Amino acid sequence: MEDSTPLKQKIEHQELGETRRPWEEMETTSQDPEPGLSEASESEQGLETGPQSKSSPPGIPQSGASTPVDDLVGPGVSSPPSPSQEPSSTPSPLALAAQDLMAPWQSDNTTSVISEAGTAHFDHLEQSSDKEESTPHQTCQSEGNTFFHQSQQTKCHLYGPRDVSYNNSKRKELRFDIFQEDSNSNYDLDQPESGASEVAPSMLEIAIQNAKAYLLKSSSKSGLNLYDHLSEMLTKVLDKRPENAVDIIENVSQEVKMEHFSIKLDTLQNENEMLPTYEIAEKQKALFLQGNLEGADQEMEDEIAEHSLPNVMESAFYFEQAGVGLGTDETYRIFLALKQLTDTHPIQKCRFWGKILGLEMNYIVAEVEFREGEDEEVEEEEVPEERDNGDNEADEDELPRSFYKAPQAIPKEESRTGANKYVYFVCNEPGRPWVKLPAVTPAQIVIARKIKKFFTGRLDTPIISYPPFPGNESNYLRAQIARISAGTQVSPLGFYHFGEEEGEEEEETEGRRDSFEENPDFEGIQVIDLVESLSNWVHHVQHILPQGRCNWFNPMQKSEEEEEAEAEAEEEEEEEEREEPDYIEQEVGPPLLTPISEDLEIQNIPPWTTRLSSNLIPQYAIAVLRSNLWTGAYAFSNGKKFENFYIGWGHKYSPDSYTPPVPPPVYQEYPSGPEITEMDDPSVEEEQAFRAAQEAAVNSTEENEETEEDGDEEDDYD
Amino acid sequence: MDEESLLLSLELASGSGQGLSPDRRASLLTSLMLVKRDYRFDRVLFWGRILGLVADYYIAQGLSEDQLAPRKTLYSLNCMEWSLLPPATEEMEMQTSVVKGRFMGDPSHAYEHTELQKVNDGEKVFEEEVVIDKAVAVIPRGALVKTPFGPIRVNRTFEGLSSSEAKKLSSYFHFREPVELKNKTLLEKADLDPSLDFMDSLEHDFPKGSWSIQMERGNTLVVLRSLLWPGLTFYHAPRTKNYGYIYVGTGEKNIDLPFML
Repeated sequence: MEDSTPLKQKIEHQELGETRRPWEEMETTSQDPEPGLSEASESEQGLETGPQSKSSPPGIPQSGASTPVDDLVGPGVSSPPSPSQEPSSTPSPLALAAQDLMAPWQSDNTTSVISEAGTAHFDHLEQSSDKEESTPHQTCQSEGNTFFHQSQQTKCHLYGPRDVSYNNSKRKELRFDIFQEDSNSNYDLDQPESGASEVAPSMLEIAIQNAKAYLLKSSSKSGLNLYDHLSEMLTKVLDKRPENAVDIIENVSQEVKMEHFSIKLDTLQNENEMLPTYEIAEKQKALFLQGNLEGADQEMEDEIAEHSLPNVMESAFYFEQAGVGLGTDETYRIFLALKQLTDTHPIQKCRFWGKILGLEMNYIVAEVEFREGEDEEVEEEEVPEERDNGDNEADEDELPRSFYKAPQAIPKEESRTGANKYVYFVCNEPGRPWVKLPAVTPAQIVIARKIKKFFTGRLDTPIISYPPFPGNESNYLRAQIARISAGTQVSPLGFYHFGEEEGEEEEETEGRRDSFEENPDFEGIQVIDLVESLSNWVHHVQHILPQGRCNWFNPMQKSEEEEEAEAEAEEEEEEEEREEPDYIEQEVGPPLLTPISEDLEIQNIPPWTTRLSSNLIPQYAIAVLRSNLWTGAYAFSNGKKFENFYIGWGHKYSPDSYTPPVPPPVYQEYPSGPEITEMDDPSVEEEQAFRAAQEAAVNSTEENEETEEDGDEEDDYD
Repeated sequence: MDEESLLLSLELASGSGQGLSPDRRASLLTSLMLVKRDYRFDRVLFWGRILGLVADYYIAQGLSEDQLAPRKTLYSLNCMEWSLLPPATEEMEMQTSVVKGRFMGDPSHAYEHTELQKVNDGEKVFEEEVVIDKAVAVIPRGALVKTPFGPIRVNRTFEGLSSSEAKKLSSYFHFREPVELKNKTLLEKADLDPSLDFMDSLEHDFPKGSWSIQMERGNTLVVLRSLLWPGLTFYHAPRTKNYGYIYVGTGEKNIDLPFML
């Protein structure tokens, strides 16, 4: 109203640049608060001048405002509220803002005095701000909103640069919120003038309003609008004050956007994501708690007396010296899981065998020996052998008889002997239940030697390979464990020795002894000796023969019996035609407790590598043995104690690449003879000739006339 | 793994079983600090350990400001004295690809090959390391950011991948100059963020399935293991800034991978 004219004038003759100046001056001068200007409006261009926390409000553009002041003095807007009553929409927001700021400002800023001069300034400020009206509006973004409320004082000087930005950027709609919240409701905050008497700046204002409207347009995709986003971004930047804010402004923008969503779905997301973590933690907590169950002293004594649980932590310590290990807390959890295993099963001896890595999950393997007589359930009997259908011979004399005999399945070794000496339990993670692996059969070992597959981590995965593996992953795992144990479980020479009772009984069959016991007189070997010479280490697990067993099984024994049975019924021809040799050579492997210096080399690579654990302190170092054949098998010894460990993928090393075996040639199943040999079908002429010949032969005994008739008949058939 | 967070990294990467003994760890901490000062690197990474028959090589890499610039590689036999490995020429690359077998552990050991010239064990180590690094060095998405002027910098606002992102192979990149990025279709490129997605992702690695991704320690750690170069372990704790990779192995490629999957 009153100010409108001077305002107009101001706007008319003051260029934007000019207005900049006054604003900046306003900043520098410490004037009484210009509430309007003190709107905490950060321009989008990051008004650095903003964050100057001055207690006194930034100066009003007095100097620059001189002209307007003159103009404005007339209107004499001395009272802050007056501008608020300005009808013009464009000036009104600013005025309102000014007033809003003014009021709280006054209350907050005790130091600043709103003198008349200040008032005058304020007036002029108002007006100049009026002319800029959009500026404060626009700069009063959402951040300004919050800022405004938070620290009006500090932000009051922002209006200066705001001015600048106002001119340059398209601003969003003014934060009428600010005004609304602070000011009375009688402000007319809407764009449409409430009696605005502005005419001259209409072009400019319209442009500004258009810009604001554009900025406030909501995105069709996300429902956000640029104005809000920019306000929030700047709020964030000013809150956090990071270094080199301009460099990371894009990241800030992204985070602001992401925060929109995270707030809404926070609870849901957290629920879903955390569950698996908590599950495992719960299970492992149970591990830790089991010691508290019925914590009677008796149990403690029992436990101590049995000592079937190995001292995993001690072994882990030694292995750590060698650079091998799973980390202390993980090892401790495994320790507790082993304890749980020994508590729930009647176990004589238990050992932490190692860890086999898999694609989806890993396996933690425990080697266990049950107490005498406490063996678990009987395993199923497999079909022993496949005999050919010799019994049905009588019925099917038309079909040629195949003399294919499937190779006799070699029976698996009894438990507690040979490859099945120990029982193995696996679990995926400590805390999960232990699963017992089935006993291994020779066939499985034989085929496991021919294939090379990764473990997935689930025991029931089928193994798809050629040659087809008889079993699923649990069988394959067991077979690999058996092979690894046979190949890499070593101990220092003399630690084990054969029992004294072994005599000549054993020598009948194989000359091999398959049981040993600890040598109580073992005195230990110097660590240096252990490192230097491989002959100080011996295998203490039986070698697995090519047959797949440790103790050789003669398949001929059984077949001999069968032969005797058949000899009466059948002719001897069958025996001769049988393609199996009558005598199978006995397979022999290195006997138990062979030093590992006798292990075969792999193409000029020694099979074992020995190290001292530390070169810097040799007197306390331990000897570490690493297998080059099975990558991941380790053994350590400090002279008296020793332990074996495996960690790896579970495959053998071979310098050549793996070649899958070729399918065998087609088997000659049936005797070749005219009955099954393929021949071409005779052609029509041949047939007729044949028939003619036959009939000729038949009719040759009869009269000749009949043959002629036949010949006519034959002609008809042509 | 960064030498600044070496201890934590070793603890987190211990799931694969191979780590470092205490004396090596201690020597590493001190010596890497000195290396960083002497060579004026911006960051020093402990790359890993190559197991040789006689001795092991310990390898470290030094990075300059630009994270993707070619890295300098140092090796040591005792974690104390580090020597710079000579840069490789193409000739050497060809030679080493032919020489098979394990590393000896003696840098002056010369391999013989009928057709080509002899190759030094030391050179072979370097070659292998370069090859392995190019093939399987991994970094999570968002850890590096490209500045408008070109150089790649560590992203200070990287707070770790979220738990769901961490389980996907697409959130991990090869830590090297992109090779396949140009071959992407325009549609795919439109979804990429040029400041973050400027390296090849792991999910298009061939053969498919050559990475095993697992959650360990009850979902608080994601571990990637390479099946093509067994021994490479990458770990990352979701929602934290901890990540790194280490190679402990014999330095040989697993050519049988297609049979084993």
